[in-house]
Amino acid sequence: MKIGVPKETYSGEKRVATTPEVIKWLQKLGYDVAVESGAGIAANFNDDVYSEAGAEVISDTKALWDASDIIFKVRAPDDSEVELLREGQTLISFIWPAQNEELMNKLSSKKVNILAMDSVPRISRAQKMDALSSMANIAGYRAVIEASHHFGRFFTGQITAAGKVPPAKVLIIGAGVAGLAAIGAANSLGAIVRSFDTRPEVKEQVESMGADFLMLDFEEDGSGEGGYAKTMSDEFIAAEMALFAEQAQEVDIIITTALIPGKPAPKLISEEMVKSMKNGSVIVDLAAEQGGNCEMTVPHEVNVTDNGVIVIGYTDLPSRLPTQSSQLYATNLRHLITDMTPEKDGEMIIDFEDEAIRGATVVKEGEITWPPPAPKLSAAPAAAPKQEIAVEKPEPKKSSGITQLIAMAVGAVALFGLGTVAPPSFMNHFTVFVLACFVGYMVIWNVTASLHTPLMSVTNAVSSIIIIGALIQISSSGFFLVLLASIGVLITSINIAGGFAVTQRMLQMFRK
Amino acid sequence: MSEGLVTVSYIAATILFILTLGGLSNQETARRGNIFGIIGMTIAILATIFGPRVDGALSYILIVLMMGIGGAIGVTLARKVEMTQMPELVAILHSLVGLAAVLVGYVNFMDTTITFPTHVEKVIHEIEIYVGILIGAITFSGSIIAFGKLSGKIGGNPLLLPARHWLNLGLLLITIWLGSWFISAAEAGSAVAFIPLMLMTIIALAFGVHMVMAIGGADMPVVVSMLNSYSGWAASATGFMLSNDLLIVVGALVGSSGAILSYIMCRAMNRNFISVIAGGFGTTTGGGSSSDEEQGEVVAIETEEVAALLSDAKEVMIIPGYGMAVAQAQHTVNEITKVLRDKKVNVRFGIHPVAGRMPGHMNVLLAEAKVPYDIVFEMEEINEDFPDVDVSVIIGANDIVNPSALDDPNSPIAGMPVLECWKGNTTIVLKRGMATGYAGVQNPLFFKENTRMYFGDAKESLDAVLKALQS
Repeated sequence: MKIGVPKETYSGEKRVATTPEVIKWLQKLGYDVAVESGAGIAANFNDDVYSEAGAEVISDTKALWDASDIIFKVRAPDDSEVELLREGQTLISFIWPAQNEELMNKLSSKKVNILAMDSVPRISRAQKMDALSSMANIAGYRAVIEASHHFGRFFTGQITAAGKVPPAKVLIIGAGVAGLAAIGAANSLGAIVRSFDTRPEVKEQVESMGADFLMLDFEEDGSGEGGYAKTMSDEFIAAEMALFAEQAQEVDIIITTALIPGKPAPKLISEEMVKSMKNGSVIVDLAAEQGGNCEMTVPHEVNVTDNGVIVIGYTDLPSRLPTQSSQLYATNLRHLITDMTPEKDGEMIIDFEDEAIRGATVVKEGEITWPPPAPKLSAAPAAAPKQEIAVEKPEPKKSSGITQLIAMAVGAVALFGLGTVAPPSFMNHFTVFVLACFVGYMVIWNVTASLHTPLMSVTNAVSSIIIIGALIQISSSGFFLVLLASIGVLITSINIAGGFAVTQRMLQMFRK
Repeated sequence: MSEGLVTVSYIAATILFILTLGGLSNQETARRGNIFGIIGMTIAILATIFGPRVDGALSYILIVLMMGIGGAIGVTLARKVEMTQMPELVAILHSLVGLAAVLVGYVNFMDTTITFPTHVEKVIHEIEIYVGILIGAITFSGSIIAFGKLSGKIGGNPLLLPARHWLNLGLLLITIWLGSWFISAAEAGSAVAFIPLMLMTIIALAFGVHMVMAIGGADMPVVVSMLNSYSGWAASATGFMLSNDLLIVVGALVGSSGAILSYIMCRAMNRNFISVIAGGFGTTTGGGSSSDEEQGEVVAIETEEVAALLSDAKEVMIIPGYGMAVAQAQHTVNEITKVLRDKKVNVRFGIHPVAGRMPGHMNVLLAEAKVPYDIVFEMEEINEDFPDVDVSVIIGANDIVNPSALDDPNSPIAGMPVLECWKGNTTIVLKRGMATGYAGVQNPLFFKENTRMYFGDAKESLDAVLKALQS
């Protein structure tokens, strides 16, 4: 089958649905790939690199659509593109079926298969094809870059000859993929980062990225289905707003990433809060497309308020990092198509038994199959296994004091018993034996673990001191005895020579 | 050489042997320690040969001949052995000590020239012979089986006979009964004493076989160090038999050394020494059924991505396991380490105490490949550092990096200390397939979000990574 990658038509869209690197993978799966001329220019992939990677470059849009069995796109198709679809074709792109009912109807009338990258279920198995996460990651990073671009100061604190520079303080609201990426980026630029999220379980993730997690003194869990957040109670929101108002006066940069699936973005930063911020502060609103988390956000624009606060409402942050986002998006697509090509023979199968593919498929042979049945497994098993994972580590079994006492008593009695019957000659040897055991105990604990193998080979050589017994016996009378003793000398010599030689060989290898 | 001089020489040898073991406390002094051992052994042998108890031209000829042949065989073995085969070599050498103890015991028993001033001493002497041969025989047959298992000549799976604990107990009782028979017969001076001695030897040999057959795979480090310990006790028992303090001391040193190693190995697996010896993983813990449920999907990774991850990392931790030894990948690992270190990547090695088939196995392999020992760390030294590690590379290891040891109390390996590589940024696991480790437990590490599986033969995969890194 042939995969076609047209140039994106949406104005300002710089991404492309495949990269030369991914094309090689697609070919390994048995697909031919065609790319529209100029499709990757904005993402720094020119036609030449595509043809070098083995793709056919077609300059005519219609010819490309006609020649392809599968279309890879980034944005949802516009009207003219819907026209180009032909029966039996498969289109994989972002669709947003919930928001685009009209588009869905048009698509279903074309008797085509549509897979929506935004509808890939959030199950762990499908993470590799989760384009929303890939794009959110980029958006979070870019949000910090945009903020620093508009911010008039360093992020990191410095002490210079020209005076002290305080570090920038960054507040990141919502610690999803985008929020975490923003925390990481801001942190590595040297800012003091703090973050807030309604889901208390993300605290650990936030802290692992190097930010402080702001806690509300309030008991309510904001975790909804599939790892997303849900709407909170009024009391909670009031407490939350008070926290933001307090923070707004202190921080230099606010990045908001709060989204609730299928609902307009919650308004978290009010006009008063913006007004209370310092002149030159920056707000980046990643929820601008869904109406914005900040009341002062103007979608797609940069809005400078009267008191000099810059509110960035860009909705195309992933597209502002086109090479990176194309690469990740293309890889997500590659993973999806890999799962759809179990035989690696270039024949795509839409298998409804496969939960990930079932979830992504919104139109199959002209029939709308969205929304899919609820996924069986959520990424974080919902609430159930929350039952106190206070796994009591099995205490290393320590023999209790009593057993130790008994053991010592038995040992002492045995020794006394031995002492009463054994002759002095034996007791002399026995003393030596016990002392030697203790010397051995003390010495061996000092041996470094990395030398345990040489230790074994050298002790092996040393224990062949038994040769002395055989040496003495070799002078016995009687052929049989001499024979046995000779064999004893022979094998212990093997051991002595072999043990010491191999130890020496090993030790010579240990070097700095 | 007078008896007094011989004794002085023995004291010197004893001190040198203690210094030998003391020298192994770190790499700088280890070589000197080994030289001390060689000197000590030479002194002890020369003192014995020139001492009053060896005489007659035939004896000297035999000694020179036997030591010449034996020494040549030993040196050849030592030269030729591959470092990956060290466990086998050590096991087979242990068996020789055991055999020697048996031979010396028999000769001592048959030598009628030894007389005793008191009756008790004679009985004690008989007991010493009996015990010496017993330990020697167990060491001998046990080591042979261990050798067979380590070299793959015998299957690695534990052989579990039905009612094996009762069998062992029965053998023990029979041995004690034979012992009393032996002593009463020997006291009477009748040749009948040979029968119980022979029977006991056969039983001891069978016991050694049975004991090691019941222990498999990853428990082998314990077995090898346990046999090491036995060979020491055998030497010590021989020392009692011959009234020779040098043998007693050296035997005790080796015996306690092996015992401590066994203890360290058992602790590293959170296993009870008795249960290791009694054999069989999971036979006492009820199997690993708790982890059967599907754990999600693994994410595979390709050579180029591995190379890219490694060269972009700042901190890399390499965790080798038995798989590295099997694939003979240590040299490639060293090449990769060099390339990365040249790129200013901080590469370190994390070694679990039971990685491989004998204590310190991985260290020797890495040393053979010329990995500098100051970047090779023990588990306890580096386990805290994982959160700062960018990439952990697991080469042919499984159970020693299994998180369920810590968070699944029902797991057969629960409580075993493991290398907590999943706390790092990314973990790359080199593996041939999805098979479970020795413990038969599924490893949740493979399904973790930050784990990437890199399937294939470790050597070939790493060669490819090296190539990608160099280009």
